[in-house]
Amino acid sequence: MKGEKKKKIVKTIKIDVDKCNGCRACEVVCSAFHASPKYSSNNPARSRIRVIRDPLRDVYVPVCAGEYAVAECAGRDKYTIDGKEYDECAFCRASCPSRQEFKEPDSGLPLKCDMCEGEDEPLCVQWCLVDALTYEEREEEVEETEEQEELEIGLEALASKYGLQKIMETVARLSKKE
Amino acid sequence: MRYAETGYHLEIDLTRGNIERVESDPRDTELYLGGLGTSAKIMWDRVPPEVNPFSPDNLVIFSAGLLCGTPATGCNRTIVTTISPQTELLAFSMMGGFWAPELKYAGYDKVILRGKSPDLVYLWIHNDQVEIRDASHLHGKGAVETQDLIRKELNEPKAQVAAIGLAGENRVFYASIEQGRSSASRGGIGAVMGDKRVKAIAVRGTKDVNVARPEEFLGLCKEVLDYIKWREENPIKGVMPILTGLGSPQEMKVHDEKWHTENFMWGNSRERRKGFWTEEIAKEWTETMENARTRLVSCYNCPMECGATITPPGMPTYMMKCFTKLTYTMAAFSDLDFGLKIAQKATEYGVDGFSAPQVMAFAIELYEEGILTDDDLPEFPEDNEGRFYYLLDKIVRREGIGDVLAEGTYWAAQKIGKGADKFAHNTIKKHEQLPLKLSMLNPIYFLMYSTGEKINITQIEGQFPQAPFPKREQREEFVKDWIQVPDEKFKQYFLDWELRGENSIPYYPTAEMTCDIVDWQERMHYIDDALGMCAGLSSFPLKPPYHIHNYPKFISAGAGIDMDEEKLTEAAKRYRTLVRAINIRRGMRRKDDKPPENHWKKRFPELEKELLDTYYKYKGWNNEGIPTKEYLDKMDLGYVSEDFLKRGILTDSEDAPSEEAPAENATVEEEKV
Repeated sequence: MKGEKKKKIVKTIKIDVDKCNGCRACEVVCSAFHASPKYSSNNPARSRIRVIRDPLRDVYVPVCAGEYAVAECAGRDKYTIDGKEYDECAFCRASCPSRQEFKEPDSGLPLKCDMCEGEDEPLCVQWCLVDALTYEEREEEVEETEEQEELEIGLEALASKYGLQKIMETVARLSKKE
Repeated sequence: MRYAETGYHLEIDLTRGNIERVESDPRDTELYLGGLGTSAKIMWDRVPPEVNPFSPDNLVIFSAGLLCGTPATGCNRTIVTTISPQTELLAFSMMGGFWAPELKYAGYDKVILRGKSPDLVYLWIHNDQVEIRDASHLHGKGAVETQDLIRKELNEPKAQVAAIGLAGENRVFYASIEQGRSSASRGGIGAVMGDKRVKAIAVRGTKDVNVARPEEFLGLCKEVLDYIKWREENPIKGVMPILTGLGSPQEMKVHDEKWHTENFMWGNSRERRKGFWTEEIAKEWTETMENARTRLVSCYNCPMECGATITPPGMPTYMMKCFTKLTYTMAAFSDLDFGLKIAQKATEYGVDGFSAPQVMAFAIELYEEGILTDDDLPEFPEDNEGRFYYLLDKIVRREGIGDVLAEGTYWAAQKIGKGADKFAHNTIKKHEQLPLKLSMLNPIYFLMYSTGEKINITQIEGQFPQAPFPKREQREEFVKDWIQVPDEKFKQYFLDWELRGENSIPYYPTAEMTCDIVDWQERMHYIDDALGMCAGLSSFPLKPPYHIHNYPKFISAGAGIDMDEEKLTEAAKRYRTLVRAINIRRGMRRKDDKPPENHWKKRFPELEKELLDTYYKYKGWNNEGIPTKEYLDKMDLGYVSEDFLKRGILTDSEDAPSEEAPAENATVEEEKV
């Protein structure tokens, strides 16, 4: 559903890769915040932020999870910045079939950063004492679209993995059982 | 459900290639917490004193601390325990980095290695899948290089790898285990790993670690973070720059090395060079460091930047922290450029940055004295730098004289003879110490050096200032926000401590006060070693964020164990006593509780005796330093007293704390009166 243009506060995280010390506190607190009940468990593999790191090559890139990608892209290029070589994937926010990042470790379902809805600042920012992550709000004019519900995101992911037909069959079978 | 801990150990029998996942007893967690505490229990139960360090029956236990893997800032330490080839006592060396939390996420608290693999192997722990894999292709590879090669081979960039280098493979008595920017170096545990033919342990985990009372636990973490921020903005006044803040001494950050270079000893802990630190040297060394250092780096979940990636010109990158920056430089009478370069090789070989340079400087002294000759050191270079590279290569390969030097200054001196033992002058319990020689005996340090069973002064000191502040106003200022003290009396001890006069060292603090101070400092280290907390945020710096008042809350909310200050103190005492008991059973006695003869110029035998006597009694040990039956039974360590009685270590007549001292001591007491 397409909506009209509207002024909106856009929440952003500014990332300074030069300041990152590679400690992964952002991953720690992110996974705790999104646990249910809140803070009850810790597992960076469930975190919606990842530090792409390769210490001996001085690569430290914190990346927040973005959209789910159905298929992997052609992005296998290399970037050299200040003499350091980065994989193109190091900057990509997608939960995609070509890598392990941003997927629930058990189900493989995609993860996405929600900027810690309800908090003053995302927790990863609050816990980054070296200021590699800072929070910034910007006013932007955006086209309103309807938010996709969590269930729908999950279903879409499953559908693209197993095919919609199979999902429908499974749902039908499950509801019969009940 | 188990909280904070996973409740499982991995038992790996290397001889048979058998792997088991074994549930641990939650009652042990209550009694010994975790980390060092529960590992010490396993070492007591399963490694009797007849077992040699290189026997297949020796264990190497890699343990995460109780709170590793929770959001507790800085709680990331792996505690490795084994019987040390050098001291033949319990070695418990720690490393920070990322390994311990990863092990927790894989679903284990400890990895227990026993037996001996027929061939060189590495372990790959990936959640429930655990493999012993061939490592023949990694033979001779550097400890840093190996970590990278294994990650590539497994196609797991997120695997955390702890590895040994050539020194460990060749059982050098001061071989380290390297992992990221961290290493477990003291006590030669890398040699035991090498003896078991285990090149590395790689781990990757994607499971949950749960906490008992989530909101409360996170609130506590938040308080710690806020305190760290505040503390960093409010450095402590009146102490040397590296002691003002938190973390390990900030050697990678601080360029001013006047204090170290002019107060620590050069060479084989021999020569103090007053006036060494000139403007010219300051400029040169600052440039060297800034050119080589790429980034300041941290361990898992910690904002302190105690380590750095270092790339000396034209050499591979490695990581460094703390005082290794200067140990090679000063032992070789060289400069920082040399120090950073040789440390790259030494880190790949995997040797302890404290012991290795001293052993090499010791060899050079022996050569200059004619005790070692050209026959022992064929084609020995003329210059000190060249000699250090030469010796390092010989040692890690155990070639020629290197085979002897590989066992450290104490054992090497025994083998070389010809008076070489006079040159092995800087050891405690056969282990090389910081190159520090001072003038006036300090009672606090005397007790810490004598009785610290981690055998490294930095692993027992902290909390209480190293020296009195000159002015009373400064002292009053210091104690104002000193919330960490377990009791208000510590503030008074410090307030009354003067640089000169009646209330100065060696007779102040009094023996009783000294016992309190040493016991507090030691206790905090032991708690850290069980929880997996980095000493840099807790037991080592002044006014740290973790202390005896908030630790019980962390344990209660985290692990779901009812805990208060008293119960925590009891637990720490319990496994501290168990560590002592393991060593006592291996023959350690009062005679071994002593600092190097020449550590202080001014010694006071009577006072030293009084200090030890008082401290032993304070600790519940008899005059030989053996925990008494009464004390052991009170600490729920009845199985230890039983064993001691059976072995004749305690006899029925000795089992009570000796109120009346033996005849010889009584005489001394009388003389003093």
